[in-house]
Amino acid sequence: MDRNPREQRAGAGWLWWILLIPYIGLLWVPFYNHVEPKLFGFPFFYWYQFMWVPISALLTWLVYRGLDHGD
Amino acid sequence: MATEIDPVPLAVCIFFFALVTVMGFVAARWRVPQNLASIDEWGLGGRQFGTWITWFLVGGDFYTAYTVIAVPALVYAVGAYGFFALPYTIIVYPFVFAVMPVLWKVAADRGYATSADVVHGTYNYRPLELAVAITGVLATMPYIALQLIGMAAVIKALGLTGEIPLIIAFVILALYTYSSGLRAPALIAFVKDIMIYIVVIAAVVIIPAKLGGYGAIFEKADAAFKAKGSGGITLAPAQFFPYASLALGSALAAFMYPHTLTGIFASRSGDTIRKNAILLPAYTLLLGLIALLGYMGIAAGLKVASNNDIVPELFRSQFPNWFAGFAYAAIGIGALVPAAVMSIGAANLFTRNFWKAYVNPNIDHSGEAQVAKITSLVVKFGALLVILFLPTQFALDLQLLGGLWIMQTLPALIFGLFFTWFRAPALLAGWAAGFLIGTWMAWTDGLKPLHTLAFGSTSVTLYVGLIALAINIVVAVLVNLVVPAPRVATRPAQ
Repeated sequence: MDRNPREQRAGAGWLWWILLIPYIGLLWVPFYNHVEPKLFGFPFFYWYQFMWVPISALLTWLVYRGLDHGD
Repeated sequence: MATEIDPVPLAVCIFFFALVTVMGFVAARWRVPQNLASIDEWGLGGRQFGTWITWFLVGGDFYTAYTVIAVPALVYAVGAYGFFALPYTIIVYPFVFAVMPVLWKVAADRGYATSADVVHGTYNYRPLELAVAITGVLATMPYIALQLIGMAAVIKALGLTGEIPLIIAFVILALYTYSSGLRAPALIAFVKDIMIYIVVIAAVVIIPAKLGGYGAIFEKADAAFKAKGSGGITLAPAQFFPYASLALGSALAAFMYPHTLTGIFASRSGDTIRKNAILLPAYTLLLGLIALLGYMGIAAGLKVASNNDIVPELFRSQFPNWFAGFAYAAIGIGALVPAAVMSIGAANLFTRNFWKAYVNPNIDHSGEAQVAKITSLVVKFGALLVILFLPTQFALDLQLLGGLWIMQTLPALIFGLFFTWFRAPALLAGWAAGFLIGTWMAWTDGLKPLHTLAFGSTSVTLYVGLIALAINIVVAVLVNLVVPAPRVATRPAQ
């Protein structure tokens, strides 16, 4: 390995920080350990975490789009 | 549970099992390789799987049959705490996106087939390579045994008794894995994953409609936990750190296992892996819905002898019998795919990092394939013996320790991809410290996944694997600082 992927494209390094957002959103449990507000009968605890599935995929896609990926 | 045999679900199951058996053997001719006689072909499917095949393969291999049985069982028993599988399988993918394409590139450029190959290539230090290889095999064996537990739950639900059906299913699996290698589970994964999607989507639509909707299901579960006096549909404050640390620790461990790494190494390109890190969360959605089956079991008023029976019992009581049979077949086939990939990953490790390293360094490609094929049989046979002759709890305890163990290979495998500060002896010392102290902590806690650390009057309870990883890294840093660097660079010339 001679190249750090974080340096793959000048100016795009900040994009990698986006990948940390799901960790913040999901690992700080007091954010979402509530029953209310409910959505379609789901307590907040559940629909909040389900919601992170598409959000996390979308954030990862944003990083993907902004990178050089030659291989 | 049903004790008499219902012929309809049994027939449905036998039909699908026969279908995937034929596919398993035909897979040897899939994407016609000139011959299967090398690790690259037998053990990695020719390193040519594109985005969709990788999606089905890794999805089929990471979200195992045991998951389908055990996650709802945990949710049924304790509630919200069992849901840590959802954040776990979300945050695993940003990690995969950032790290695994780098690992893939090193492996593809230099022909590495295992994690220990990468470690050997990076540090040229046999003891560290051996530590990583042994950890990989040790952690995988109980994982294969767990797939057998998933399969046994389905066989029991069909009303079959005795161990003969399980043995037959496993012998057939072993034979087509032997002949087709990774191509067999890759092809079968298409069938398995589509079946699981159908079952789960049907379950999360049909069962709530019968039980009065999701609102009613959550209310009934809440009332049941309150009546029981333990568990709940949200977490108790004391569960915050255990929940988050289990999610984080499991996410870091997930792609250190030989079976998940085999899916990575078998990919066609780094881009295949990046796209999969974006697309694989579709399975996470499915897993979250599967977890809810635990609450549906409570709302349906089911009482089971073993929590692992909750999913089969839910399907039996809520679905027409032919569809229950389809669901059992999906779970049973769901056990075959990971069991095959796990045995292949362990066989690759044994062949490359033990047989080639210590027994026959001059082995050629076809010799490697032969050793790996035989090892895959031995590994599966060993897992079968564990399930037949040792208590189930033994496999579960070992699986818990396996997660802790495999996580200790992370510094050795991953750090070297991004920076070269660490030297191999320091990483080996860190691995040993994390492995031994972590195992000791888990052992003295009565083989529970959580360990309480006390700092004066305050204490915090965390996933023991994550504590062991922290010890591992601290020891590696200290040893690296204390032990002087050798004058000659230890990195290989290649």
